[in-house]
Amino acid sequence: MWDSAQAQFAAALLDTSLAAPSSLICEKGAIGDRFDVYRNSVIGGLVRALATRFPAVERLVGEAFFAAMAREFVLRRPPTSAALLEYGEDFPDFVASFPPAKELPYLSDVARLEDARVRAYHAADVEPLSPQSLALVSPDRLAELTFDIHPSAFVLRSDHPMVTIWSMNAGEAEAGTLDHWAAEDALVTRPRLRVETRRLAPGGAIFLRRLAAGAEFGEAVSAATAEQPAFDLAAALVEALASGFFTAFRGDT
Amino acid sequence: MDEIASTFSSLLPARAGVGFKPAHFDAILADPSSIGFFEIHAENYMGAGGPPHRSLGRLRQDHPLSIHGVGLSIGSSEPIDKRQLERLRGLCDRYEPASVSEHLAWSTYGGVYFNDLLPLPYDRDTLKRVIEKVDAVQSFLGRQILLENPATYLSFAQSEISEPEFLDEIAVRSGCGLLLDVENIYVTATNKGFDAAEQLSRFAFAHVREIHLAGHFETRDAAGERFLLDAHCAPVVEAVWALYEQTLSRTGPVATLIEWDNETPEWAALSHEAQRAQSALDGVSRRAA
Repeated sequence: MWDSAQAQFAAALLDTSLAAPSSLICEKGAIGDRFDVYRNSVIGGLVRALATRFPAVERLVGEAFFAAMAREFVLRRPPTSAALLEYGEDFPDFVASFPPAKELPYLSDVARLEDARVRAYHAADVEPLSPQSLALVSPDRLAELTFDIHPSAFVLRSDHPMVTIWSMNAGEAEAGTLDHWAAEDALVTRPRLRVETRRLAPGGAIFLRRLAAGAEFGEAVSAATAEQPAFDLAAALVEALASGFFTAFRGDT
Repeated sequence: MDEIASTFSSLLPARAGVGFKPAHFDAILADPSSIGFFEIHAENYMGAGGPPHRSLGRLRQDHPLSIHGVGLSIGSSEPIDKRQLERLRGLCDRYEPASVSEHLAWSTYGGVYFNDLLPLPYDRDTLKRVIEKVDAVQSFLGRQILLENPATYLSFAQSEISEPEFLDEIAVRSGCGLLLDVENIYVTATNKGFDAAEQLSRFAFAHVREIHLAGHFETRDAAGERFLLDAHCAPVVEAVWALYEQTLSRTGPVATLIEWDNETPEWAALSHEAQRAQSALDGVSRRAA
């Protein structure tokens, strides 16, 4: 029956210790070699899909290390849907727990940033809130505003210089020696066609995350100031508006 | 089933088309009339928005579109994934393609998507299931689909029907059309030691609504024999062009796609391949006239 033959075929694809299924024959060549063509195509194709999604991670660890790490991931967590655009969303978690990558504690954060950029790339298209529109809100209503957030927006936090390391390995900045080794937060958005990546100033991440969670403007400002007394609200707001973080606001009337 | 086939058949023009690559977008816009149609892999456009949809929407203004799926897993013993089918229908609603096609293959089993076109046994039991699935897909989409012959590297001991007969019966009983991949015939025949022209001659030409041509990666197996990988990474070889001429002599002019998905070529190289297919199509049209 096809059910059992297919179950055997599927199991042997991702378990390289298994022999080619007994239901198979080949007119020429060795059956094991022929089955390996499918096995290599499946595993190799998925490894390549991950390399495409995480190019800076690949650059940081080198092609051979990346291929070995991605192969482990593919064998343990193969895709569950044909929408391959989503494959690898849990790769950063895998990287964080992959023992051979322990010496690079920032690697999983760089992976998270790359993953966010891919998600932003494919997110729904929505016109961002015009930077001028907030200027019309009367200052005494500002604290009570809540916002709709752009579907392409992601706020990421890292204990490492995630954005700087990513940009040096993604061709966005010249590679060189890091002048600091501080925590960095990132904002990823795609207001129109280009995915944008910003390094957030201190307090910016908590401010935007609170707003994204539905908090009122005043409450988000308080949270940011509590975490970072030097939080610069005006600069954070300009940055958020320029990035296309918001799509709408409510509570002004 | 036949109603679907007759009410909404493939409307691809009998011209040469190419697989759309974003890298070629500007070159295509600069010379929009040179290509008869474009084909995309459905799964690459299953995101909600972004540049892929922007480009495709623009392309669709000037060209007929063929949506070619690799993820429905029609050859699987399991039911079709409803979510995947809904996503495909969403794409069809959005882009109103002239043609929708899939493969006689499987890619999903037990909740795992293998991202490859895997082989199935050609026996009565499997045939019945494939026909039911094609029928279900056509009913869900409300249109005819085309089913493509696969490139295979091995066979199942339980197979009892030849591939051409298997495809013919699917087409007759489900009302689907066939997508004849000439390269796949060549790859499979070479790897299995068959005569490609003879294999091709038994294809159910009456159901062919689209033709695929592609290049492969050639290597040697452990015994030192020629072995071909259906890699879509190179120009079409002369032997496949000859099989294409043989095909056209049986089908007449049929929409023909150059598939070059990997090692993306310069637009000029891809366009050159398309022009060669177009010349062959023009030759058949002239002879018929």
